[in-house]
Amino acid sequence: MTDQSELRYTSEHEWVLVEGTVATIGITAYAAAQLGDIVYLDLPAAGTQIAGGSVVGEIESTKSVGELFAPVDGTVVEKNAAVEDAPELVNSDPLGAGWLLKVEFTELPELLSLAEYNALIGE
Amino acid sequence: MTQLPFSSRHIGTDAAAQSHMLEAVGYSSVAELMAAAVPRAIQFDRSLADSLVPPAATEREAVAELRALAAQNRVSTSYLGLGYYDTITPAVIKRNVLENPSWYTAYTPYQPEISQGRLEALINFQTMVADLTGLATANASMLDESTAAVEGMLLARRASKSTSRRFIVDADAFPQTKALLRSRAEAVGIEIVEMVLDAVDHPAHPAADAFGVFIQYPGASGRVWNPADVIEIVHQAGGIAVVGADLLALALITSPGELGADVAIGTTQRFGVPMGFGGPHAGYMSVRAGLERQLPGRLVGVSVDAAGHPAYRLSLQAREQHIRREKATSNICTAQVLLAVMAGMYAVYHGPDGLRAIASEVNRAARSLAARLAAAGYEIVHGDYFDTLQVRVPGRARGLAEHAHSQGILLRVDDDDTIGIAVDETTGDAELLQLAIVFDAVTAPPIATTDARAASEANLERARRASAAAEEITEVAPSLPEHLVRTSDFLTHPVFNTHRSETSMMRYLKRLADYDYALDRGMIPLGSCTMKLNAASEMEAVTWREFAGIHPFAPKSDVGGYLELIGQLERWLADVTGYDSVSLQPNAGSQGELAGLLAIRGYHRSRGDVDRTVCLIPSSAHGTNAASAVLAGMKVVVVACDELGNVDLDDLRAKIDQHAAGLAALMITYPSTHGVYEHEVTEICRLVHEAGGQVYVDGANLNALLGFARFGDFGGDVSHLNLHKTFCIPHGGGGPGVGPVAAKAHLAPFLPGHMFAQDAGHLLIDGSRVEHAGGPISAAPYGSPSILPISWAYVRMMGLEGLADATASAVLAANYIAARLAPHFPVLYTGENGLVAHECILDLRAITAASGVSVDDVAKRLVDYGFHAPTMSFPVPGTLMVEPTESEDLAEIDRFVEAMIRIKQEIDSVAAGEWPADDNPLRNAPHTAQSVIEGEWAHPYDRERAVYPVHLLVRGKYWPPVRRIDQAYGDRNLVCACPPPEAFE
Repeated sequence: MTDQSELRYTSEHEWVLVEGTVATIGITAYAAAQLGDIVYLDLPAAGTQIAGGSVVGEIESTKSVGELFAPVDGTVVEKNAAVEDAPELVNSDPLGAGWLLKVEFTELPELLSLAEYNALIGE
Repeated sequence: MTQLPFSSRHIGTDAAAQSHMLEAVGYSSVAELMAAAVPRAIQFDRSLADSLVPPAATEREAVAELRALAAQNRVSTSYLGLGYYDTITPAVIKRNVLENPSWYTAYTPYQPEISQGRLEALINFQTMVADLTGLATANASMLDESTAAVEGMLLARRASKSTSRRFIVDADAFPQTKALLRSRAEAVGIEIVEMVLDAVDHPAHPAADAFGVFIQYPGASGRVWNPADVIEIVHQAGGIAVVGADLLALALITSPGELGADVAIGTTQRFGVPMGFGGPHAGYMSVRAGLERQLPGRLVGVSVDAAGHPAYRLSLQAREQHIRREKATSNICTAQVLLAVMAGMYAVYHGPDGLRAIASEVNRAARSLAARLAAAGYEIVHGDYFDTLQVRVPGRARGLAEHAHSQGILLRVDDDDTIGIAVDETTGDAELLQLAIVFDAVTAPPIATTDARAASEANLERARRASAAAEEITEVAPSLPEHLVRTSDFLTHPVFNTHRSETSMMRYLKRLADYDYALDRGMIPLGSCTMKLNAASEMEAVTWREFAGIHPFAPKSDVGGYLELIGQLERWLADVTGYDSVSLQPNAGSQGELAGLLAIRGYHRSRGDVDRTVCLIPSSAHGTNAASAVLAGMKVVVVACDELGNVDLDDLRAKIDQHAAGLAALMITYPSTHGVYEHEVTEICRLVHEAGGQVYVDGANLNALLGFARFGDFGGDVSHLNLHKTFCIPHGGGGPGVGPVAAKAHLAPFLPGHMFAQDAGHLLIDGSRVEHAGGPISAAPYGSPSILPISWAYVRMMGLEGLADATASAVLAANYIAARLAPHFPVLYTGENGLVAHECILDLRAITAASGVSVDDVAKRLVDYGFHAPTMSFPVPGTLMVEPTESEDLAEIDRFVEAMIRIKQEIDSVAAGEWPADDNPLRNAPHTAQSVIEGEWAHPYDRERAVYPVHLLVRGKYWPPVRRIDQAYGDRNLVCACPPPEAFE
């Protein structure tokens, strides 16, 4: 389990772990709980150019279909094939094995701290 | 003995029951209750003298009038084809499905545990379509062939990698399909390019710059050809190939899937569903692997229940319009379940060999006709065909068709020089000889007579003589190209290879019906669905040959009875809703919505207001509203609702200001989706009109208003109605539906028209005539006419007074339930006097928070008590919406109230810690017989409580066939075809 305070967050309920020039991206535990049982993920393939703020994928649960927004500009270097095969990983371990994308980013925008994100979701 | 008025059969509560209910609600009369519930500003003073609705007829009188209307139709033998063919409905299917309330009074299978029968029937349908089209996954079902083609085009745009906005359409597609594609494409910015498609191999083909192509296979002309090369070109450009295929032909020719198609669409009408002057029939769509999540409409899949047994359910619900709103794959909700069940059962009854034999017979009939006509010197245009011939008759096509019609035969005029003839499974040797006589291709001497009927009989006699005399055409050349002869198997699953005897078929249909909970078992209190009585006398006319046996493009002189019935129903509906004109063309509420919004669009554009494209939709609206607005080329802007669930007037003013120049319309549901009569509705409509917008009133909740207020009077410009809610067309387990669109006079010219309409003119309420000249919204000019006698009979037998009584009784029943249950469950929204409209929302959120018992638990526990659950989590998550309708009697309503009160006691026991949160009668519901008999009983409550929580159930228990179904498992492991029998062992 990743230390939540090391992560940065977006208002779209995603977390970002920055290591050098690569950002690992996932959805927060709050988002996973709100979505309910996740059944399907549509993630961009490695090599896809993504633009911060645009919709790059879909997260489908039994209750709704959520959109995955790119938190950064950059190029996808890896998508998590394990969650495509077993979407329930996003529910069981959203901050760990349930990560979604690794992106080689060009520039890092302003992101939220844990405290700011918790304030956003009212916790 | 005097017949009781029909209204007293339709309305479940009598005067004594109503006075008891009024006491509980706190009013002294129904009139007083309605005066308090319906805002005074919108109450309409109904004056019977002015109404176009005649005084109520008895059941016997109404059926006699329908007989008289039916007698004004003339059933000619149709060879018109174009997706509609005469067919033989197996009597075992007609009696046990079409005429059986266990099938036709069920609702959409949202509660899968009590819907396993029709879910199995639908998965048979999906398997049949997927097998025949050679594609991975089929849905269940589309509204008709032409709208399925539109959905195919929209799917292609979503799934295509091409950035082109061009869609190629086969010049040999059915004309009504081309018209629909053109009209629907225009609204969403797709460019249609129609062209003659042929085997081509050069890369400069226009298909190389398109996001998709639509190919008719076989073509409207009857031509059978191999489209694989065109499909390949489209694929190379990243596009999607949609093939409109005839399922019966596919028993003999290579499937679209094997030719590379991504999507197949079409109709299943000729699988035992009568033509009915256009419908209802089930359209179909199937897709290759990888496109499942792009499928519009409803998809049945296999999951597992709590005991690990396989169980059916609707899959990928999260993608439907009620959740995804403007981002949905489609606006379709109601499908054509009853008709899909019939078509699927036709395949179950005949099996693969039977279908092959039927298809071969049809093809043999076409070939023998071709040989006879060729021998008489006629040129047959295409050498490769399945069931449809084009015959060259230079300059004589119209004359010949008129002559044929005088003989009771309908031939298709393709142009002045060409006749089309489509044969079907009812075309026997006698019919072929009649055709030969019409073409003067037999040698028997004519029999002179002037009377048309006698002429037709005389010609049969002549045909018989000719038959004896005519040269035997023994060797008929094949007409299917050798390289397109189907070699792959289909319908190999045991279900299609078991029920060959009628006894076996009857028992299979009975077994599936017994799995399900329909109105013939008890109340279905689904909020916003209006599950009222579908009276037997209303259903009488549906299967009469004079209504069922007519082709949708039959000449006007054949359909006088239909046109009169349609004209009357249009005007009655306009009259009771305060509008001027009605179109019955839309096949579901979603299509009525779209037609209404397209009328608004057409109106604005006709005035040069091309930039009016913003559609305001309250946040409480049904998701379909937003999905329809997008398909009408509009931009959705959401208006906030206040804490009472009403439109927030300040936000509405702000949004109107912000979008004043671009405002096209506001869509509002009345009474609101929260089941409340909004008091500000008149002001809301005024604000929109003032800004130049049009008001669309969603008529889904009309059952709370009929006879007391009219949409048109308080500001509506256009509305759709749901005949399958307010006007008694049965839900059929999820369709058919009819969603007429009603409009004020200024919008009437923009209501859906149709190139084959027998009469484009429609009588307005004031007696003047208007032409509905908008684009078509359905494949057939009058949508699904064969079920219109149901609504006609309902209005005819109720009269205006009866309709108002029904409304008041429905509102009383809802308020009675709200009053009885309020001490146990908070009622979420009420109007000014603390009253609800025709439904009430029970708020479980606090109860769930305190006990852990969810809406799901309560819904499934109701099954143990012998009820269908109310609507879950719509319009508010964590709530149940209850709509009893006027048809339930007090005993049944009280039985429901008692069940809910006992369930609340069970919830209290969980909250008090008597039962663990994860092991109690609610969490484990529903309980099957197997679950209480098998193995050791290890739960903290006894078996009697599990399955007989009320003693009354001991003799009349409905047993669910499966336990609670795992929703996530089914969506993660998508299987949408019949599972192997071993799965059930």
